Amino acid sequence: MKILVCAKQVPNTNEVKIDPVKGTLIREGVESILNPDDANALEAALTIKDHIEGTTVTVISMGPPQAKEMLNECLAMGADNAVLLSDRAFGGADTWATSNTIAAALRKIGDYDIIFAGRQAIDGDTAQVGPQIAERLDIPQITYVQDIKIDGRKVVVQRQLEDGYEVIEAQLPVMLTCIKELNNPRYMTVEGIYDAYASEIPVWGLADLPLDETKVGLKASPTKVFRSFTPAPKGKGVVWKGSPKELTGKLWEELKEKHII
Amino acid sequence: MLEKKHEMIRKLAREFAEAELAPRAAEVDETGVYSDEALALIRKSKFHAVTIPRKYGGCGGDYRSAAIVMEEFSRKCANSATPLMPNSLSGAPLMYFGNEQQKQKYLRGMAEGTMTGAFGITEPGAGSDTAAIATTADKDGDYYILNGRKCFITNGPICDFITVFAKTDVNARGVSGISAFIVESGWEGFSRGKIEDKLGIRGSKTCDIIMENVRVPKENLLGREGDGFKICMATLDSGRITIASQGLGIAQGALDEAIKYTKERIQFGKPISKLQNTQFEIAEMSTKVECGRLLVYQAAWMKDMGQNITTKAAMAKYYCGDLCNDIAYRSLQLHGGYGFMKDYPIERMYRDARIVSIYEGTSEIQKVVIAGNILGK
Repeated sequence: MKILVCAKQVPNTNEVKIDPVKGTLIREGVESILNPDDANALEAALTIKDHIEGTTVTVISMGPPQAKEMLNECLAMGADNAVLLSDRAFGGADTWATSNTIAAALRKIGDYDIIFAGRQAIDGDTAQVGPQIAERLDIPQITYVQDIKIDGRKVVVQRQLEDGYEVIEAQLPVMLTCIKELNNPRYMTVEGIYDAYASEIPVWGLADLPLDETKVGLKASPTKVFRSFTPAPKGKGVVWKGSPKELTGKLWEELKEKHII
Repeated sequence: MLEKKHEMIRKLAREFAEAELAPRAAEVDETGVYSDEALALIRKSKFHAVTIPRKYGGCGGDYRSAAIVMEEFSRKCANSATPLMPNSLSGAPLMYFGNEQQKQKYLRGMAEGTMTGAFGITEPGAGSDTAAIATTADKDGDYYILNGRKCFITNGPICDFITVFAKTDVNARGVSGISAFIVESGWEGFSRGKIEDKLGIRGSKTCDIIMENVRVPKENLLGREGDGFKICMATLDSGRITIASQGLGIAQGALDEAIKYTKERIQFGKPISKLQNTQFEIAEMSTKVECGRLLVYQAAWMKDMGQNITTKAAMAKYYCGDLCNDIAYRSLQLHGGYGFMKDYPIERMYRDARIVSIYEGTSEIQKVVIAGNILGK
């Protein structure tokens, strides 16, 4: 099996710093980690590699040069190859531009059976890139994957719903986006770390991909971030108890007082 | 001194220690039983085989890496140093002096997790005075017959083999009559004493090893007859770095606890971390820990560069052995009465620290080595 995994290096904090001009993330000076859902994606790929002989796992990431550290971590967990998509032109991309860039790289690698991605990144929280890539590659996609079974040239997957799950079958190649319930990502091995740092991770820039420079990065992003901010706390709500008649009467008075009605 | 891959190893070891070792540490200490699950995970990530060459199933890594793993593990659970023994004490005799067959069997056995090793020099009558060992090895055709008793042997109760130092020539002067053998625990005449009831590192099993006419095939002689003392010293030299690292880790763990506690504990209307005594204590403790850290990693780096480390490693071991005791004492004092209760981890760290200035060469012996190298004989 040829498996590709899309991974992102993200800041390890809830307190993300926003650039006031561009409305994008300031990544410098903040500890970076492998996005948690992507670790589940990689683990899913490695589990298949454990069981199906001849499987290769390649991790692809779009990010700044420092993202190589995250890719080394993926290699040290057991991935066979890693590729970093990095270019000044790719910077400031929204999900549209990101998925365009990554899809071009996946097309270039080609011949994949399964593409894994995390459900969403903890910095952007959009959960859009995986599905967008699938659309661009014209392959089926299943998101919120909490269980996978491989059956020849098809997968049988449990997709998490709010109140349960559905079972979906799809032919390969397929895009699967993973959630934390899917598995427990394995630890790196010391040997894996040594091997990762003994090799160079290839970096593909704009020139290495069949991409138009107008279709990548900040300028190609249809989503313009107007403002990012932490909302001011609203204060605690109030809980009322009583009979339905009492409560309705009280609610009516309260709404009148606040000039809502 | 440290490269990017070392930072990644530290990240891995730290996360592993926090997730797998810290939650189990109290139970390991209480029951005296090390977790099989933790041991399996340690072996899966090959923490125990960092310095063992790839050829024998190890990582082919360096001593800086081994020291980092030891430090991060010991910071959360001092007992977790014992599974790492193949990196130094149980692995070094084979790595430095074993022949190909011995390495393929015993070194690979440890790397693959199918064998547990031990190091047998200490005897009831021979602690710091190594030359006073009384265990004998009499040549008998293709065998050596070993008779004697070793004590305080870590892994004694569970080892599959042990590197035993015995006198092949009782009439030789000083240490020149000592040889080293790989002795398998399954052989006739090999028995183990009762498991010792220790003050600290109670999750690491220790006992006497008794050998009564144990027939050791000549293939299990390490190096040549008379090489024993050299093998012992070379092993302890490298072991010094990892044990110093254990002391460093325990010191850092105790310091972590002090920082945490003093910020929480309110007395006289404010956290005691606001009191100048506490601040000065923490400043002193932190500075000393940094000194220990520099000694450990410098010694490890020098060894990785192929330099002679006898003095530096002895300094690191002596300093960090005393350091962890000092820091644990001071941290417990900052905890006040709560530090004396088993509910808090500091009392375990205090007990675990006590052995570090004693085993693998006491602080006093380290000073003998350092002075010997500086002042000359």
